[in-house]
Amino acid sequence: MDSGRLLLLAVSGMLALAAFANLAVTTRLPVKLPAPAVAFGLFIALGELLRLALPGGREAAPIAMAGAMAYALLVGVKVGVPTRHTALQVIAVAAIGMILGALPHAAAGRPLGLTGMCTRLVTVACVAFIFRPLAHQPAIYEKAHWWVALIVMTLLVTLGWLLETLIGALIRADDVGAKFSVALWDEMRVQWPLGAAVGSSAIITVFAAQIMGLSELAVFLGPLLVTQIAFRRYAGIRATYLQTVRSLASVTEVGGYVEGGHSRRVAKLAVAVGRELGMAEPDLLDLEYAALMHDIGQLSLLDPIPGGATVLVSAADQDRIAELGAAVIREAGVLNEVAELVRCQNWPSHGQPEPRIGSKIIRAANAFDDMVGGSTDRDRTAAALERLRMDTAVEYDAEVVQALTEVAGRRLSSRL
Amino acid sequence: MVSRIAWLYTALVVCSAVALVAVTPLPPGAGSHFWIDLVILQLLFLICASTPTPVAARQSAWSPSSAASLAAVVLLGPVGAALVGAVAVVSLRGQLRLARRLFNGAMYALSGYLAGQAFAALQHSYPAAHPFGPPLARYFPALLLPFAAAAVVHVLANLSLMWGVLRANRGSGPVLGQMAMESSLPLLLVSDLGSAALGLVIAALWAVMPGWMAAAIVLIPLFVARWAMGQFAEQQRAYAATMAALCQAVETKDFYTRGHSERVSRGSGMIARQISMRAERAEALTFAGMLHDVGKLGVPTKVLQKTGPLTEEEYAAIQLHPMRGLEIVREIGFLNEALAGIMHHHERIDGRGYPMGFAGDEIPEFARVIAVADAFDSITSNRSYRKARSIAQGVEELRKGAGSQFDPVIVDAFIAALDREGWKLAEPADAPPDDQIVTAQDHDDPTAPLRVIESA
Repeated sequence: MDSGRLLLLAVSGMLALAAFANLAVTTRLPVKLPAPAVAFGLFIALGELLRLALPGGREAAPIAMAGAMAYALLVGVKVGVPTRHTALQVIAVAAIGMILGALPHAAAGRPLGLTGMCTRLVTVACVAFIFRPLAHQPAIYEKAHWWVALIVMTLLVTLGWLLETLIGALIRADDVGAKFSVALWDEMRVQWPLGAAVGSSAIITVFAAQIMGLSELAVFLGPLLVTQIAFRRYAGIRATYLQTVRSLASVTEVGGYVEGGHSRRVAKLAVAVGRELGMAEPDLLDLEYAALMHDIGQLSLLDPIPGGATVLVSAADQDRIAELGAAVIREAGVLNEVAELVRCQNWPSHGQPEPRIGSKIIRAANAFDDMVGGSTDRDRTAAALERLRMDTAVEYDAEVVQALTEVAGRRLSSRL
Repeated sequence: MVSRIAWLYTALVVCSAVALVAVTPLPPGAGSHFWIDLVILQLLFLICASTPTPVAARQSAWSPSSAASLAAVVLLGPVGAALVGAVAVVSLRGQLRLARRLFNGAMYALSGYLAGQAFAALQHSYPAAHPFGPPLARYFPALLLPFAAAAVVHVLANLSLMWGVLRANRGSGPVLGQMAMESSLPLLLVSDLGSAALGLVIAALWAVMPGWMAAAIVLIPLFVARWAMGQFAEQQRAYAATMAALCQAVETKDFYTRGHSERVSRGSGMIARQISMRAERAEALTFAGMLHDVGKLGVPTKVLQKTGPLTEEEYAAIQLHPMRGLEIVREIGFLNEALAGIMHHHERIDGRGYPMGFAGDEIPEFARVIAVADAFDSITSNRSYRKARSIAQGVEELRKGAGSQFDPVIVDAFIAALDREGWKLAEPADAPPDDQIVTAQDHDDPTAPLRVIESA
């Protein structure tokens, strides 16, 4: 486990411990559970149960987050009567809710998602510590001052969203080896729609609960679930899409045009190199698709190239295959950028016109894999890299080869 | 084309909406704030209704406008709800015909009115003199049940009026089944009920902040939901297009089978509609139809293009292609049924097919469907050794094979679907370019079985 994750875990663990200790000290036996705490706790547990997979292997629990934020910002379940729970109580309820909701995941053998839970807990704690002392101010809970409360809450949910995104980006930059600034932008781009929904839902819940009481939670669950279903379907089709391209790109392997696993290895390598060079996520997705399908043009050849090693074929043939492949992809009408990457994949990196960075990456990764294949042999890797480096005057891009060298080096050392 | 019955139906719905609103008097409590709230809710409704999102790939679009209608039920009563729904007439959505606009306005007005009456009849919280308006905290939770009833009435009224117009437009036919197929009905229902629930939350917000602010706040989650649905629809289109393009790439090698996957996919879809298959299954089936021959890539080109009889090994290579196809698509997150469909599309009802030699009901339904569409397209396409047969001849061949090669039920369904929807024949591929080597035998063609050299 890396240090960033450890720190996050430690902070949230301490927060939860403090909250539980506080709970143990302040409650007297027999325990009388306050209704809002129970209702919000259950709401958070349900939200944690209904986690959402987002594009790029992220996980979110928007309903749990909306519930926890709403509980942190709750001013009253009746107009003009403030609720008096403390920030530590908010943390305790959120932590218990999250743990309850995570248990079924653990029981079903799915990953526990501890990092996400900790991120959410720290975010909620931060908002609660700022807001709970304010919640008792008449300027916040009286109906006449609705706009003061609205402004304060909007600022706080925005702050919460920024914090959650920041932590997410830090963790992710560490995980996938991306630059932090790039990871932050990626995270913001992916998270803003959900963040807007979570923030506004929390605020709506806080205000509507003043009239509807706790029944608001039950009623509001309806629209929240609709949003959740929409997101789930969106993330699902994206995953299926990528999987389908992966599978169908492997037809070249089944047809004997290409050595087994070649497309996938090139795609993996290309994405790692692209990330090393600081490419953003949407471009990385295009790059991945292009790398997966870079040999698709070979399907138009009547007879497979022996071993499929395109690096051994004449430049004119390579270009023809690339053109054919790009034509196939362009046919889909939605992947024009991918088609362009495939089309220029064999152009010399320093020729005119200059190919896109994605094409340069595919060119280098493809050549590397043609020479090394699935092998993890140190000498073979070094020789292949050396050969690429010698060609950086014309054929390969020096920066790309440098990044490839670093990626390959990391890969070798991680296998040891 | 709007049929006369559809016009008549629309006129009927419009007249009854207008009549109901006209005969119901506004309660005395409705002052100037009634009209201000009405305008705000109408704007909210209009914004929601003007940006609908296609839910499934086809036709039907969903908009969260029922949230505004149901908020009007609580805040403004039946007449107010009807007036809010009526603004669907001026929806900013382009390319809507007048008839459609009138119908939409009347439909939302009617269902808003009915929901309003249901709510008014069931609730006992408001003072009798003024039975609507921003709710007070003491009305809850008693108000929940009447509201739920109103939401259900609204959704059901909408649905049945919509069903009526589809029915009027298409004449006879399994309209409800079609709706379920084409618009993923359960999802629409759930989405509608979900956004209807939001109506009560809007009404509660109205009680703590000015109406315009309440409307503005709820627009944010509504638009995020809409955004996600739009993204889904876009991705789905992109996905289907990419798949089609890749399948076409697989076919380019073979001059005569171009477009075959696409047509088999379409034919499988026709059968699925005819036998009223559920939406997700039908979708999976069309994908399976599209991918059914992907495994042909694993068959050496020289075998596919051989003119003479095949050796046993070569025949075995052809028999393996469904398995090869399965290998390629196995990792796609499909329904397992689709995989089974690809794997078994060359089984025969009499058990003499390949690769497993399954018979009768052992053959998965998807495979039985694909087999029929597959053979029909092969018969009605040109081959190097014969001209394309007509549709009538194709139907005759299918009938001949029903019970031995094909499932008779599926064959009947396909023939009925052909009558209803027609068939787009393969582009006549007359003469391939001289340098192109072409397939000399088609493994899909039931009229010319593959010739195999009998081993001595």
